[in-house]
Amino acid sequence: MTPDADPTFREPWEAQAFGIVVKLHEAGAFTWTEWAEALSGEIRAAQQAGDPDTGETYYRHWLAALESLVRRKGLVSDAELRTRRLEVAANAARHQHQARRTPLAIG
Amino acid sequence: MADTGHGADAALRIKALESLLVEKQLIDPKALDAVVELYEHKIGPRNGAKVVARAWVDPDYRKRLLADGTAAIAELGFSGVQGEDMIVVENTPEVHNMVVCTLCSCYPWPTLGLPPVWYKAAPYRARSVIDPRGVLAEFGVEVPETVEVRVWDSNAELRYLVLPMRPAGTEGMTEEQLAALVTRDSMIGTGVPMAA
Repeated sequence: MTPDADPTFREPWEAQAFGIVVKLHEAGAFTWTEWAEALSGEIRAAQQAGDPDTGETYYRHWLAALESLVRRKGLVSDAELRTRRLEVAANAARHQHQARRTPLAIG
Repeated sequence: MADTGHGADAALRIKALESLLVEKQLIDPKALDAVVELYEHKIGPRNGAKVVARAWVDPDYRKRLLADGTAAIAELGFSGVQGEDMIVVENTPEVHNMVVCTLCSCYPWPTLGLPPVWYKAAPYRARSVIDPRGVLAEFGVEVPETVEVRVWDSNAELRYLVLPMRPAGTEGMTEEQLAALVTRDSMIGTGVPMAA
């Protein structure tokens, strides 16, 4: 436990997941109590499955809670989510973890 | 769909979900960027520090703050998600307050920003209840045996803010100078304000 400040979001996807929950709640998609129940449920399940629950994996639980809540509320279906994930994965630019000497793409 | 996936998987999942929600016009991508910007750069513990400093210099405000936290905090312009129902608990020579969320991470965003990693971690969530004095000692806060420690469990309906004691020797300081002494942890109860 270090009492000092840490970054709000460690990776951009965490910020996106955070923002989506806030905006959906503001739009009335779910109450904050429903959200807190979904999130604490995910955290409990992860803990039981052996997650060290150190706070580092927090936004993974947040994301899982968001996905399950939007499905339960009927905002997005399981099938839609699966299909879209495949599409996103197929269209993702191939990221190579090495120094490039040529452009990734030329338009 | 119990994906516990790996690495870049989370980024892909959020991208897929976001694009669906945008398509269905359930969220506006620009508003999404704005809310992230707000919480990354504009909302943070300095808001809470202003509330505390005002309570230190203005006895009437302090009274209002302890009677109706939400309304008194809104007077200074701080309100919104996770700030709807605020209870302010006051530290005194007899009582030290600390705040935890035993279930997840309920936390007063408008006054403190988003919670630090340790607040969301199991050790703090569990041990604050079993051994609050031990946890406080790890944060460097020694509470004498004669002082009662009260642990408050934040939840989705209610969030707590600790009003720490004003440090000694600050009589001549302005509200702004006082606010600079108020740390985030002193408003969670895992710290005390900086010395003058």
